Amino acid sequence: MSFINYSAREINCKIVYYGPGLCGKTTNLQLIYKKTRPESKGKMITLATETERTLFFDFLPIALGDIKGFKTRFHLYTVPGQIFYDASRKLILKGVDGIVFVADSQVERMDANLESFDNMKVNLEEQGYKLEQIPYVIQYNKRDLPDVVPVAELKQVLNTAGVPDFEAVAYEGTGVFETLKAVVKLVLIELKKGA
Amino acid sequence: MPQSPFVMYDEEYQEITGVIEKLLRESNSKCVYLVDKDGQLISATGETKDIDATSLASLTAGNIAATGGLAKIIGEKEFSILFHEGERDNLHISVVGQRVILVVIFDKRSSLGLVRLRVKKASEELGNSIQKLMDRMTAGAQEENVLKEITDDDIERLFH
Ligand SMILES: Nc1nc2c(ncn2[C@@H]2O[C@H](COP(=O)(O)OP(=O)(O)O)[C@@H](O)[C@H]2O)c(=O)[nH]1
Ligand SMILES: [Mg+2]
Repeated sequence: MSFINYSAREINCKIVYYGPGLCGKTTNLQLIYKKTRPESKGKMITLATETERTLFFDFLPIALGDIKGFKTRFHLYTVPGQIFYDASRKLILKGVDGIVFVADSQVERMDANLESFDNMKVNLEEQGYKLEQIPYVIQYNKRDLPDVVPVAELKQVLNTAGVPDFEAVAYEGTGVFETLKAVVKLVLIELKKGA
Repeated sequence: MPQSPFVMYDEEYQEITGVIEKLLRESNSKCVYLVDKDGQLISATGETKDIDATSLASLTAGNIAATGGLAKIIGEKEFSILFHEGERDNLHISVVGQRVILVVIFDKRSSLGLVRLRVKKASEELGNSIQKLMDRMTAGAQEENVLKEITDDDIERLFH
């Protein structure tokens, strides 16, 4: 749930990166962290296992500039992708304002993408949200790899709603900020609509 | 939007901050934070300058959410108080009015007993302030609405 603080003159929103394990969610945040000026970002927190896989969440607060004299701040979270961390995923979705669904373009990860997408819908519904009501965008990541599903096919399967979608090579930075901008825009438009 | 935004006006902020300032004094603690359950910092007071408040807020909310999950597993609704003891500083975390989280950091100048007692008293006052704020939001009473004034240009300009 966004938090409008008239005292501090701030608009705060929560964005969650969702997707199957190892699709590149943490990498997206790392890239955003690396490319954001020090004064516009907070600490990146990663709660990871010893094998460096996200255990609970990654968290990165960033500031994007002012609107009508209000600072806009976005709290970016990732969810752990592995099936057995479903409880953690549910918690992180609480109060979400916008979602980036990160798909892994590799052919052998197609089932995992679908499973994660369905899992996201179910978990949202458990919180009383419907995916269609939440601003979200899709990122097709790992476009650099040889054995990837054509984008047209990914769109057909994952983006039947026709939301903004982007190709990405997250660890090189390609598509990372385009994705972030798109979801931020949708979140702000939604906030304005609800006002 | 799944939920309407949490809006806090300056008078509400002043009232809430007044309560946590009093708690800080009366409990002899180092600092006090008030955090929304979604991880947003609402207010802070005391020796806060060496502490990353944004991270603290997010991790506190995560902590409460995770222990809430644990509570459900054993058939409890929620653990409303968490206590972490450190070598120098201790952390007392409690849920107020099911909606916000109060974090008190204290050292040997205070004690768990004193903090507990003062937190209990402050929670009632905070609960009332938060309830007023929620009622005002449900009633849709707004003195000022920045969201309405946002234009497409404003959004576009955020990214130049
Ligand atoms: N080839 C390729 N590898 C990537 C890309 N993005 C991320 N990776 C790698 O995929 C692995 C998993 O990424 P990570 O961000 O930890 O995934 P997460 O589980 O979704 O957080 C890491 O080794 C990344 O370096 C990409 O665009 N292309
Ligand atoms: Mg990760």
